[in-house]
Amino acid sequence: MSPAVTPGTLPGPPAEPTGRAAKTTEWPLWEVFVRSKAGLDHKHCGSLHAADPQMAIQLARDVYTRRQEGTSIWVVRSDQIVASDPGEKAAYFDPMADKVYRHPTFYDLPKSVDHM
Amino acid sequence: MQSSIEVSRQPAVRYLLRIGDTCLIQAQRLGEWCGHGPVLEEDIAMTNMALDLVGQARAVLTRAGALEAELGGTAHDEDQLAFLRDERDFLNLTIAELPRGDFAVTVLRNFALSTLLKLLWQRLLDSSDAELAAIAGKALKEARYHQQHAGDWVLRLGGGTEESQRRLRAAVDLLWPYLPEAFESDEVDDEAFASGLGPRCADLADAWHAEVAPVLDEAGVAPPAPRAFRSTGKKGVHSEHLGYILAEMQHLQRSHPGGVW
Amino acid sequence: MYTQAMDTMGKEGGDLKKPLRSAEDLANEERFEARIDAGDFIEAKDWMPEHYRKTLVRQISQHAHSEIVGMLPEGNWISRAPTLKRKAILLAKVQDEAGHGLYLYAAAETLGTSRDQLFDALHSGKAKYSSIFNYPTLTWADMGVIGWFVDGAAIMNQVPLCRCSYAPYARAMVRICREESFHQRQGFESLLTLMTKGTDSQKAMVQDAVNRWWWPSLMMFGPPDADSPNSEQSMRWGIKRISNDALRQKYLDATVEQAKVLGVTLPDPELRWNEERQAHDFGAIDWTEFWAVVNGDGPCNRERLAARVKAWEDGAWVRDAALAYSRKRDALKEAA
Repeated sequence: MSPAVTPGTLPGPPAEPTGRAAKTTEWPLWEVFVRSKAGLDHKHCGSLHAADPQMAIQLARDVYTRRQEGTSIWVVRSDQIVASDPGEKAAYFDPMADKVYRHPTFYDLPKSVDHM
Repeated sequence: MQSSIEVSRQPAVRYLLRIGDTCLIQAQRLGEWCGHGPVLEEDIAMTNMALDLVGQARAVLTRAGALEAELGGTAHDEDQLAFLRDERDFLNLTIAELPRGDFAVTVLRNFALSTLLKLLWQRLLDSSDAELAAIAGKALKEARYHQQHAGDWVLRLGGGTEESQRRLRAAVDLLWPYLPEAFESDEVDDEAFASGLGPRCADLADAWHAEVAPVLDEAGVAPPAPRAFRSTGKKGVHSEHLGYILAEMQHLQRSHPGGVW
Repeated sequence: MYTQAMDTMGKEGGDLKKPLRSAEDLANEERFEARIDAGDFIEAKDWMPEHYRKTLVRQISQHAHSEIVGMLPEGNWISRAPTLKRKAILLAKVQDEAGHGLYLYAAAETLGTSRDQLFDALHSGKAKYSSIFNYPTLTWADMGVIGWFVDGAAIMNQVPLCRCSYAPYARAMVRICREESFHQRQGFESLLTLMTKGTDSQKAMVQDAVNRWWWPSLMMFGPPDADSPNSEQSMRWGIKRISNDALRQKYLDATVEQAKVLGVTLPDPELRWNEERQAHDFGAIDWTEFWAVVNGDGPCNRERLAARVKAWEDGAWVRDAALAYSRKRDALKEAA
């Protein structure tokens, strides 16, 4: 998942004055997640600007499911997403590498039951 | 120059052409927004709608062209009907051919027409014409979505800013006089009703008002007082606008007789 | 091709004098370069050199602007499409392009800019878009030729970008490539119909369109490698995968074969197969024309920009209304 807005580097008003602060007149950004088929997870497919939640859902349908690619759509305002800090990758994720017994390939099973 | 075709004047055919032509001309107007929408996402939404309407037009015109032959006339395909008919033989509601206008005019027209089409497709599910019923099945889903999208925008504009309210009011004043045409039945409707082909125009009026009035109310716009004026597009006598639409739309086919595209 | 104006641009003032970098910065840069060399993907929140970030914002946004502006020359023929099927296909294609623009603006926004800022840059004339869209679409055959030439060139450029080091851009490209294949096919198929089943006037229309669009299409790939010093850095960073000249040659060789199938002549008397190079030799490209068009002096630059500015300005009240409505509703919810 790659959130559009990186905390700490929020888009601010443009460098040159344009007579209108971009922040207050721009439609908020939403992240779109689509479940393409029953049984699958919702997948992040991109983002779009919408003024309100209903619009976000409708536009997500128009933009991201044009080719019948969805059974369910989630939209989340980008600034509502909380993400892990990539700098802490080592702390969060490295310990998992040690725990190989969590992986199915660790276990040698007789052929007759290996399809699990 | 390719000259115009002669079209059957049978009521059943005319009934279908009214529907197909309204979809086609409305699609033609919606397509004008391509690349000029107020925001990219809406450009996509409106083009989507135009595409749906073109699809509905194609299906209905194809059925109408085949019906012509079934009723003893000459068969025509969707393109002959779209590109080689004279203006007087186009039977769309006049409201569809009015200029694109601003975004308020567009969403209000979308709302009015998609509500009408939705109610029509709902009734056509039971049409005695199996093909028309099948077309209605698919079109109904699309019309529902169009109505939802347009209705939401009417509310946004009505409840938005002073300017959007002003423009929405101007849009109602502009468009409303063209709606009575949609709800007054004539002999074409009576024939369709008698044969089970489809409902009379007037039969849809109450349901249409029931769906549209609350939205206008919430948006803070009141329809203008009824007037005597009646548009007559569905009888083939149009406003000054259709001529220009057809001149543009039909130009290529007219100037390349026998052309294959 | 979305970097046409960037390939020869001098480094901006700020880049000329490299600010003193801390030990941390240097360490970050080393790690970054190592990741690039290892073929890793860079995500939005990863550390990246400022020049990498700036280059990507430029390139991705120019790509996005190209899609949006590209809707205009094709949109020009929606109302006049000669059959309902062609009308539907054209509507779908232009709609796709709007969608592609949207994916790309979204990818650019992950780099810390906003769509409004990007539009500001486009509307003020600062940001560029692909030169090809500054040419007029004069006949229906232009639609087919654009699909064949322009989308063909775009696909050639876009496939390698699916492996761009910056992941949000790469992902947008994968999505775009999946949708793009129908664009070139429908263009070619339309031309094939005109050339094999059409009247003489239709065939002449196709040849005329080919004559007008061929050279501008070759220019899409940007200046020759020898004149593109910035390409090198972009290649090292995995932003650009194949050189301008290499792509142009590949495109030309493929297109020459397709032209034979159609039965059209490409307007280049010097075009011939070179057995030694196993590629086609071709005539000299008029780079004066290219630079004039890139710098704002092509046939349609002013119109294209004016159309986009008008759409944006005319749409301000709509955007404002939607925001106002949404805020009023939020306020009501809070009060409840």
